[in-house]
Amino acid sequence: MPKATTAGQLSTPAVSPRLLWTALAVVAFMLLITYLVVFDQGAVSRSGMYLHELMHDGRHLLGVPCH
Amino acid sequence: MPLSDGSKALTFGALLLRGLLAGLIAGLLAGFFAYGFGEPKVDAAIAIEEAAAPAPAPDAPHEEELVSRNGQKGGLFLATGLYGAAMGGLLAVAFTLLRRRLRTPSDTRAALGLAGAALLGLVLVPYVKYPPNPPAVGDPGTINQRTISYLAIVVIGLVAVWAAVVAKRTQPTEWRQAIAAVIGFLVVVVVGYALLPNINEVPATFPPDLLWSFRLTSLGTQAVLWTTLGLAFAALLSLGRRAAAQPEREPATAA
Ligand SMILES: [Zn+2]
Repeated sequence: MPKATTAGQLSTPAVSPRLLWTALAVVAFMLLITYLVVFDQGAVSRSGMYLHELMHDGRHLLGVPCH
Repeated sequence: MPLSDGSKALTFGALLLRGLLAGLIAGLLAGFFAYGFGEPKVDAAIAIEEAAAPAPAPDAPHEEELVSRNGQKGGLFLATGLYGAAMGGLLAVAFTLLRRRLRTPSDTRAALGLAGAALLGLVLVPYVKYPPNPPAVGDPGTINQRTISYLAIVVIGLVAVWAAVVAKRTQPTEWRQAIAAVIGFLVVVVVGYALLPNINEVPATFPPDLLWSFRLTSLGTQAVLWTTLGLAFAALLSLGRRAAAQPEREPATAA
């Protein structure tokens, strides 16, 4: 990359209200996935404790409180 | 030939896709690290847990009933892969919304800076206050309180990073900026550490060397994840920009 970002060559789209709402929805979805991995005990996933137990070791090794 | 504004800008969808892909790669790599270095320690801790457990009570849900240990070792990759992809998605959103506010011309530095900020705020600040524990450490009765305290320290970690950036930008010269950033960061972290309850539930009988090596492996897993995520996201951004730039640059050789 000889030339870095300069005016007129920005790598990200301009932040519009529509982009903000989309970003907010994406953040909510990503946090839901994170929740399913690190905290869920069946309340959201409705899988009982199955997903919780399946990802048990990951939770410990990612450093999240588990049990 | 003047480039029209935004001709090099990736769409939000393209940025998000790169973040998710980088996160998946980072999560799987962290999974391999955790599998190789962490699983022996989890196994050892579970052996201690089972040896210490009294006769299984009927009302206590037993760990190994739903998913076997081998299933949990496979589930480790599912956990780190999903977690990595989610973190990659969040990094892509942060990059999209904050890129124009970050005072660097380099996308690579911006991506690595955001990943480093996340490692500091999301991992290192919580790690020092509430170090990760292997199975057999921790009272199940306090899990809700521990989870709330953990979430609080994650938020405090992110606020501390933000405070460092805000404090840095109030100062005119480089060395004063560095000092202001450190002070801003420390003020938030120290206040947060003081306000949140201390938790120490390590049984006196738990081997200290096992606890120590487990915590180091856990930190290593997160370090692998965020380092890979930052590097992979930066690399994918650079590839995307190069591909977008080539058809325009080829005819204009005269510069
Ligand atoms: Zn556990």
